Amino acid sequence: MFAFIIRRILQAILVMLVISLVGFSIKNSIGDPVRDLVGERVTPKERAAMAEKLGLNDPFSTQYVRFLKNALHGDLGTSFIYRKPALEVILKHAPATIELVLGSALIIVIFSLPLGMYTALKPRSLFSRFVMGFSTLGVSVPVFLTAIGFIYLFAVTWHVLPSYGRGETVDLFGNGYWQTGFLTIDGLKHLILPCISLASIMMPLFIRLIRSEMMEVLETEYIKYARAKGLSPMRIWFVHAFKNTLLPVVTVFGIQIGIMFAFTILTETVFQWQGMGFMFLDAVQRADISLLIAYLVVVGSVFVIVNTVVDVMYGFINPTVRVAGTK
Amino acid sequence: MKKLVLCVLSLFLVLSFSVGAGAKTLKVGLAADPVSLDPQVQLSGGMLQLSHWVFDPLVRWTQDGQFEPRLATKWERINEYRVRFYLRQGVKFHSGNDFSAKDVKWSFDRMKKSVDFKGLLEPFVGVAVIDDYTVDVVTAKPYALLLNMATYFFAMDSEFYTGTDENGEPKDAIKKTTHTFANDNESGTGVFVIKSYEQGVKTVMTRFADYWDTKSVGNVDTFILTPIKENATRVAALLSGDVDVIDQVPPQDYERLKSDKNTSLVTINGGRIITIQMNGNRFKPFKDARVRNAVVYAINNAGIVKKIMKGTVEVAAQQSPPGYAGYKETLKPRYDLKKAKALMKAAGYEKGFEITMMAPNNRYVNDAKIAEASAQMLAKIGIKVNLKTMPKAQYWDEFDAKAADMMMIGWHSDTEDSGNFSEFLTMCYDKTTGMGQYNSGYCNKKVDELTIAAQSEIDLKKRADMLQEIEQILYDDAAFVPYHWQNHAYGALKNVKVKPILNSMNFPYFGDLVIE
Repeated sequence: MFAFIIRRILQAILVMLVISLVGFSIKNSIGDPVRDLVGERVTPKERAAMAEKLGLNDPFSTQYVRFLKNALHGDLGTSFIYRKPALEVILKHAPATIELVLGSALIIVIFSLPLGMYTALKPRSLFSRFVMGFSTLGVSVPVFLTAIGFIYLFAVTWHVLPSYGRGETVDLFGNGYWQTGFLTIDGLKHLILPCISLASIMMPLFIRLIRSEMMEVLETEYIKYARAKGLSPMRIWFVHAFKNTLLPVVTVFGIQIGIMFAFTILTETVFQWQGMGFMFLDAVQRADISLLIAYLVVVGSVFVIVNTVVDVMYGFINPTVRVAGTK
Repeated sequence: MKKLVLCVLSLFLVLSFSVGAGAKTLKVGLAADPVSLDPQVQLSGGMLQLSHWVFDPLVRWTQDGQFEPRLATKWERINEYRVRFYLRQGVKFHSGNDFSAKDVKWSFDRMKKSVDFKGLLEPFVGVAVIDDYTVDVVTAKPYALLLNMATYFFAMDSEFYTGTDENGEPKDAIKKTTHTFANDNESGTGVFVIKSYEQGVKTVMTRFADYWDTKSVGNVDTFILTPIKENATRVAALLSGDVDVIDQVPPQDYERLKSDKNTSLVTINGGRIITIQMNGNRFKPFKDARVRNAVVYAINNAGIVKKIMKGTVEVAAQQSPPGYAGYKETLKPRYDLKKAKALMKAAGYEKGFEITMMAPNNRYVNDAKIAEASAQMLAKIGIKVNLKTMPKAQYWDEFDAKAADMMMIGWHSDTEDSGNFSEFLTMCYDKTTGMGQYNSGYCNKKVDELTIAAQSEIDLKKRADMLQEIEQILYDDAAFVPYHWQNHAYGALKNVKVKPILNSMNFPYFGDLVIE
């Protein structure tokens, strides 16, 4: 087991190195950060001097080694545009994204479970057909279109919900890092549209997944047996069938949450939501390369850590994985 | 019944009174927010806007291009090299310190150290303090634009910015990429005091209780600035009433804001000329004035203005917008396909040729669309254009490298004067002097001579003649393809009277804004 963990950690380190290397190699094609820092009138000579001072003219290897050295000390560089340590900038933007994803996850769970089950149990009903048709539509409409449509309906036409931003937030731990929108009415109102927009891409998938899993389970022998035994349909659906439907759904849900973080870039851009996706796009447009690299490394490490933890846990739960790992 | 009416009426009275005297909060959604609180760290539109809210200049531009006294109450030219400014008395900084001549000098000296501003300040020798409320601004050569430049002289609180901060760094340090005291703290004399500043998220300002300009009609007490980058979101935020004012309304939404019963659209000429330059060093045929003329004749800039810019900007045939000293009325936009073809034939390129063109896609209003339309128009005279558009972060590198035969560039004069256009766009590129920094390849010694001579000519009539001669030469030479002068488009709720506070420099004076 110990060897397995060590092996996984070594692999994780290798992945992190590759990610940072990729980040470093694309940075020159993003653009010149100095351009965004100075006015258009500044002479090329002054700009060159500034690039030199920022260490942008050093050879690739020098820059990379310097970055690695600092990274080992927990310093991922300083964001040019925020003038703060990149890690701090990212951590301050993370809560907004996490809350957005949490909110959408909640919406997905609340709606996809009953809808998925209903369409499985009553596949021929008019409502089921409607839901299935609608979910096809949901999958095919891009998220920014959904988002803009929502803004025009709910904010511009009906004036019931705010059009952009996070609204009133509360500092959760009093240290300025976690600004939450969950604790104020205004904050919650601002969450509704972005969360629904983000949920709109994943929800159809889950409705369909739950439906097909459920239908499959309903065909199994033990359900037929339960039915023959004369159990009430409610008990069969909710206790016997539903539980077994849930297993694969939970696994997929876990993976999809990670993918949802990626989708936040579009949602956050449309809603001017001050999260990590928004920050990432801003960094790309303004060529804040040190923030970009730090972002790639942080997001990469989150994925690596989560995957490593899952793999290790799998090892505990399923001995065959462990055996394969030690060989 | 009478009682009830009386009750209702008095209620109305109380309500209307409380509305009239109540604190007004202004919510503004701008495409970009200030990158710092230090007015001298970056020379950009966003930073100058902030400077006009939080600080005050010696003089500022009015909507009709005149100078309005701010921290200077009057001024007089002492001699060719010297203008004396008499400063306003009884002005307080946000810190409570008193404003005096030493602050003007201190701010000027600091500005000279700023990478962004030092180029603009080259004509100046310095500021001499005569007494507590009198300063002389001294130039090295006779300089006609001294007052134009005085609009950049914002006073910073010299006492407040002197000393060292909690990290032991000097408080007056100017740094772009790291923390400095001035980047996060301010003490100006301006109408608004920064309450909180979170870059990219929100800036909250409140009206300065001791503001000197008690005659201002402005009634905004709290000013909340949020950046909203996405055009569609910004427009939606205004339409839904989440913000009171937005800037950079995209042309496709003009009609919508005009027709909506709650919103209004205000456009004002911004004086930013949009051009595409032809590089004769890269592509030899462009050395021939006939070919350049053919290109200008082939491009229907009036059509572009009508279709792409929705007719809200003025078609250009020269650099200087109307109202500038160099503006020559007789220069008219040219579009004549027959003539263009004839010129191509005369130059020996009847069959046309193939060239490359580059343009940014997020720097100017509809920049990529303008370039696409131009490429199609050039196809009609046999010029095949390979067009590449890209975000500005990448575009400037390409522009510096002069990477295409035709490249787009827009320019707003820093001094609100014609000479500035030539200095950056059309003077022969000179590495040592930095002249023609944004010139892709055109060069005419006569333009250089006239531009330099105009710099130190203080007879305004003579100067205007020189500047107009430059425009004539550029026109005849077809030095560049002129398109239009980009405007500033603001959207506002109907009760927010944004029109009187706008100007061509795009410094909305929100301190003077009236909300009804």
